[in-house]
Amino acid sequence: MKEVIMAYQGEMALKGLNRKSFEIAVMKTIRRRLADLGKFKVYNAQSTIYVEPESDEIDMDEAYSRMQKVFGLAALSRAAVCDKDFATISALAKTYLADELNAAKTFKVVARRSDKTFPMNSMELACELGGDLLDAFPHLTVDVHHPDCQVFVEIRDYAAYVHPDKVKGAGGMPTSTSGKASVLLSGGIDSPVAAWMMAKRGLSIQGVHFASPPYTSERAKQKVVDLSYKLLPWTGSFKLFVVPFTEPQVYIRDHGVPVLFTVLMRRSMMRVAEKLSVRYGADALITGESLAQVASQTLKAIVCTDAAQELPVLRPLIGMDKSEITEIARAIDTFDISIEPFEDCCTIFTPPHPKTRPELAEILAAEAAMPELAALEEAAAAAAEKIAIE
Amino acid sequence: MHYLDNAATTVVDPELAQLCYTTMTTLFGNPSSLYKPGMEAERAVDHAREQVGATLKAAAAEITFTACGSESDNIALQGAAERTKKWAKNIVVTGYEHPAVAKTLAMIAARGFEIRAVAPDSTGHIDTQAFLDAVDKETGLAAFMFVNNEIGTLLDPVVLAKQIRAKNSRASIHVDGVQGWCKHPLDLSGGFIDSFALSGHKMHCPKGIGALYLRKNYHIDPIYGGGGQERGLRPGTENVPYIVTLGAAAAKYGPTVKTRLAETSRLNTLLRRGLAARGDITINSPADASPYVLNFSLPGVRSETMLHFLEAKEIYVSSGSACSKGAASRTLTAMGLDRDRIDSALRVSFSDTSNEEDVRALLAALDEGLSVLSRR
Repeated sequence: MKEVIMAYQGEMALKGLNRKSFEIAVMKTIRRRLADLGKFKVYNAQSTIYVEPESDEIDMDEAYSRMQKVFGLAALSRAAVCDKDFATISALAKTYLADELNAAKTFKVVARRSDKTFPMNSMELACELGGDLLDAFPHLTVDVHHPDCQVFVEIRDYAAYVHPDKVKGAGGMPTSTSGKASVLLSGGIDSPVAAWMMAKRGLSIQGVHFASPPYTSERAKQKVVDLSYKLLPWTGSFKLFVVPFTEPQVYIRDHGVPVLFTVLMRRSMMRVAEKLSVRYGADALITGESLAQVASQTLKAIVCTDAAQELPVLRPLIGMDKSEITEIARAIDTFDISIEPFEDCCTIFTPPHPKTRPELAEILAAEAAMPELAALEEAAAAAAEKIAIE
Repeated sequence: MHYLDNAATTVVDPELAQLCYTTMTTLFGNPSSLYKPGMEAERAVDHAREQVGATLKAAAAEITFTACGSESDNIALQGAAERTKKWAKNIVVTGYEHPAVAKTLAMIAARGFEIRAVAPDSTGHIDTQAFLDAVDKETGLAAFMFVNNEIGTLLDPVVLAKQIRAKNSRASIHVDGVQGWCKHPLDLSGGFIDSFALSGHKMHCPKGIGALYLRKNYHIDPIYGGGGQERGLRPGTENVPYIVTLGAAAAKYGPTVKTRLAETSRLNTLLRRGLAARGDITINSPADASPYVLNFSLPGVRSETMLHFLEAKEIYVSSGSACSKGAASRTLTAMGLDRDRIDSALRVSFSDTSNEEDVRALLAALDEGLSVLSRR
């Protein structure tokens, strides 16, 4: 049986004269994501994107699942395609939508006809098909206002399409249409969620992870690689930079003010991330900071961290509760990996009582007493290991 | 490479690996089959049974092959609980058991047994008098570790079993012998011990093979059903290549227990002296522990940090114990040691492949690590 996937544009439909470039971007992403499944024809007609397999062997379940992770699409539906003959359409509707119709108590047929030579008009088609379905599924009744299940029939130029209600798509804006940003990935619950949320708004990402062996282990780094692979179906391929951060971190521990350690370290990380952003064409940083979640994320601390470098810092989780963040982490399947107990560099050397309201002046004074830090940061950025997540 | 984590697992003896491969490719028959390839496989399994039995001075019929030490523990403990459930009310156990025993007993406790765990004291010793005091007429099972895997505390299984018997002749007595088999001399022929668990991969066999000694006339029910292999106690087609390998390991290492123990004592003493010379390192293992295991705490450096530092130099030791994936040591916690000492504890464990060079390299690396790595 031939099937087709239809994808409905989201916000990009509002883009006026720029709309075409968004459409091109999302179709390019669709083609790339489905490439290894086989040949598809992907085209756009009247704000609906059609994804047609060119062979019957293609795994359409897999294709549909991948389409649900394409940002820029507000909704999707999966249609069965048949000849434009009423008996065929009726038979198809009965089998293709059996699950949905069996699960529903009420239904409605919605018919559309773009081929005006088809002998029945939309009303007649809806009635006839409705009647056939009532016969085949005696438990059903028709409800034209709030049906449990809608049966769509579209008579198009070359074929008839039969499909159930649309399902929600990933939403957001097509990948790469918003530019590129560096996301600081720690391996915890928050940063992968932050990465996903910003990717959703159309950003291409590159990951930046800080490793401090022997204080942090290979397993902590592997955790971040695993998390990156969980993001991959949503974001498309990206680079993950693993920065060897032991020297700067030890230097801060030895020469910095102990109660300010965490903020000093975070500022250092932001500066290194800025260097990697400038070098690789990213225009912003993304972090998983959430206001008041931990000592280094009080307002005063964030003011200090923010002042470390010039690029805008995007903090999608800033207003979210931990429980809300966790819900997303579970939905995108990063939660279980994030809670594996391998120490990351954010928690080593932490003083027992960090200062929760640091002042920028004292932070700058502490940094003035660490003149060699800049060079260590430069070296760390230059030595970053580049891992291709693809 | 200096592999000093032999309590976690050991390097597979190349001779044994070769034997395993040969057996795998030539003795492929199912030991239950009636024709020649089956009979040959069965004969090989029986021979291995005798070889393993010999290391315990036990009869071949008293050896059941399993997949690992944990499985042996499970079969023995569940069997003992079932067997005594009509009259027994409590189980006495040493308070530093491996999860294969501790977790299994927790499962058994849920069926109505009181678990009396006798914790080690701050020196790592088990007060055997306290253990015996906990045994009463309603004790259905007494279980203890031959050699504790985290700190090496050594209990004489036969002596303790005799004393338990004197107090309660009905209780089952189980010994987790995984860390002691073929490392310390053992003679189970007196029949004081009902069950004894051992594992192949701690003695240079591949992972996936163990055995359970069950005293003749000590009957327990199996924990799962199947084709009746291993007298119904561990159904499933026998893992012929691994069984044969375990038998060969027993034959190879059984006769040299005493010489290897003496050599390991020498290495252990060398290491203890080296650590003592460094002033602020505390030894957590008791002085009379098995020389195969040495647990010590470093001043202020976290275990995991030092472990990775040593790893970069290809020196492999353990923090906590391997199966806890870096969680705090149960035994050290049970000893009541303070947090700092537990968080900085390392475990070194020897095998007959260890030598002086390993000890020297470890000491040198510890020196370097202590001077370079973070103090809390």
